[in-house]
Amino acid sequence: MSDPALRTPFPERAGAALKDAFLQEALTIATTKFIDLRRESFAGFPQGEALRDRARAIKEATLQRLDAHLERLADNVERLGGVVHWATTADEAREIVLRLARERGVRMAVKSKSMATEEIDLNEALEHAGVTPVETDLGEYIIQLAHEKPSHIIAPAIHKTRGQVAELFSRELRGEFPADPEVLTAVARRALREKFLQADMGITGANFAVAETGTVVLVTNEGNGRMVTSLPRIHVALMGIEKVIPSMSDLVVFLAILARSATGQKLSSYTTLVRGPRRAGELEGPEELHLILLDNGRSRQIASTLREALYCLRCGACLNVCPVYRQIGGHAYGHTYPGPIGILLTAMLKGNESVRELAHASTLCGACKDVCPVRIDIPRMLIELREHLDREKIAPWSERVAFRAFRRLLMSETAFRASTRAGRLLQTPFVRGGRLRGLPLLFARWTRTRDLPPVASRTFRERWKDLR
Amino acid sequence: MITCLGDVFFPEVGVAMVRLLRGLGVELDFPEAQTCCGMPLFNSGYHHDAAEVAARTVKLFERAEHVVVPSGSCAWMVKAEYPGLLKHDPALRAAAESLARRTRELSQFIVEVLGITRIESSFAGKVTYHDSCHLLRGLGESSSPRVLLRGVPGVELVELPGADQCCGFGGSFSVRLPEVSSAILDKKLANVESTGARCLVACDAGCLMQMGGGLTRRGSRVKAVHLAQVLAGEGDA
Repeated sequence: MSDPALRTPFPERAGAALKDAFLQEALTIATTKFIDLRRESFAGFPQGEALRDRARAIKEATLQRLDAHLERLADNVERLGGVVHWATTADEAREIVLRLARERGVRMAVKSKSMATEEIDLNEALEHAGVTPVETDLGEYIIQLAHEKPSHIIAPAIHKTRGQVAELFSRELRGEFPADPEVLTAVARRALREKFLQADMGITGANFAVAETGTVVLVTNEGNGRMVTSLPRIHVALMGIEKVIPSMSDLVVFLAILARSATGQKLSSYTTLVRGPRRAGELEGPEELHLILLDNGRSRQIASTLREALYCLRCGACLNVCPVYRQIGGHAYGHTYPGPIGILLTAMLKGNESVRELAHASTLCGACKDVCPVRIDIPRMLIELREHLDREKIAPWSERVAFRAFRRLLMSETAFRASTRAGRLLQTPFVRGGRLRGLPLLFARWTRTRDLPPVASRTFRERWKDLR
Repeated sequence: MITCLGDVFFPEVGVAMVRLLRGLGVELDFPEAQTCCGMPLFNSGYHHDAAEVAARTVKLFERAEHVVVPSGSCAWMVKAEYPGLLKHDPALRAAAESLARRTRELSQFIVEVLGITRIESSFAGKVTYHDSCHLLRGLGESSSPRVLLRGVPGVELVELPGADQCCGFGGSFSVRLPEVSSAILDKKLANVESTGARCLVACDAGCLMQMGGGLTRRGSRVKAVHLAQVLAGEGDA
């Protein structure tokens, strides 16, 4: 674990987040707003449910023949004059970008919001190689100035209040700026315009890539995303291999539900379709287009437990409704992708060992599954993941022994009755006003904040003989 | 079926259910060898162990015409997960599928099977209702408990803001991440208290343990009760 954030155990990271008053305020406001907007948007869109089914079916079918769709995409991108690179690992993907930058003398790269570039820690690699990365999405720009990581898939600076952003801008950009979003946006815009003119490379992710047409699709709410694809002389797009979709008619299905799920919009403010670099006679667009297809553990899961996580559109809806995410925010998870889907993606990208604790950071309430535009059964997959933790002996030894003992208890009425009697005896010193308080050991984890009902003086099965 | 938490911690809920269903003309039996549906094992990933418990439970209830459970999550476990857990043994799988078809959560049994929506109960007062996650999103049930509560003459049902949001219990989650669990609970209980109701009604032993434990700890005047207790006229709001 190289990341210093991961040196603290997850429960402590979560505990610290609970005590952060700014974070709590920012999270409550933003997630509540996202939830309401999404709900209103789908309420006025009766065909939405059928489109969600359709979108899921497209993802399922595409993954069945992922290799063929990717090859078709690559052929079409190259036919249009683009260059396609295949990266098996995050290392390889970084190396491709760095090589392109090196060979073409790139000193500064402007970026559009991209979780894939976060996944491979591209900014750090660029800085190390002497290339200055500049985030141009407002949220990403904020966290880059603050030297932080995104804490939400679509709203990277969701953990900051506007007051905190004003302070940050005033300090980093030398000025006295009020906590007014319009003023702050104008400040960022002014600072970023200069960078756009200096940059030689534009780096984006991709929300979709259409195989039949070779189109790279970006869904954004800020025009800077589009400018990243068109102003610098080189455009590099990095996408996970699962982002390929077969056709333009499929794209229509996804566009109809993606923004609604994410922000409650019918469509995002910008839907940018990129087909190849600038062609002869065109006035705009980059001289070169490079598309990097990133595997990084994805193809391993196509026929495995985490398969459905490959359907994810990265809309963030599951984060907004998750009771755990809403309490602790994204950073406490400690990895690129937070929230319920993030636990699955982390297991996919970094292995099951990395989610030993996180796999249990869910109440399995199912709210995530309800809002997922492609109906990923996240709770079910978390349970499957936990099953792997036991089978691969990643779960703690003590826990595995305890659950086996619990099973034996449940397999015998005699043992069950005996344990009830034992509980009744052992609890006597802790009964106060008909409630259990201040229990020791593992039970303290409950009674520190909640009362526990005592084991009944007569359990139901003991009363049954009077009732029958 | 009276599952573990109900048997050990809330026997009064089971007793209320027995009185209630007998009053509605249902003949009851309680296979005394039953223990727990196995959900704690299943949810923590111990699927072989859960399958053993499932097989045992399936056999115990083989002869029942209907199986009524006063807990949405246990009913969901039986209906949604037993057949899959026992899929490797065709006979057991068939028995599990049969049990799944015969099993109902209490409110669903009363409304769907018995076709009853108005129950005379001496229970009176202002109540609010919490949707348990597995009953709501697992079994897709939000109306039966509300219909039954509205059907009691003396009961006034006020909607709970965020009624569909988790109470933070989550089984072993509540002790694996007690601080997060309690923070989720705090939000839930603030909503409960904002309704002015004197009783918080739910249909799941897990949620009642979590929310009830939080309410008494903060010295709240609101009492957490099971739907069966309201319908059987036990205690007043």
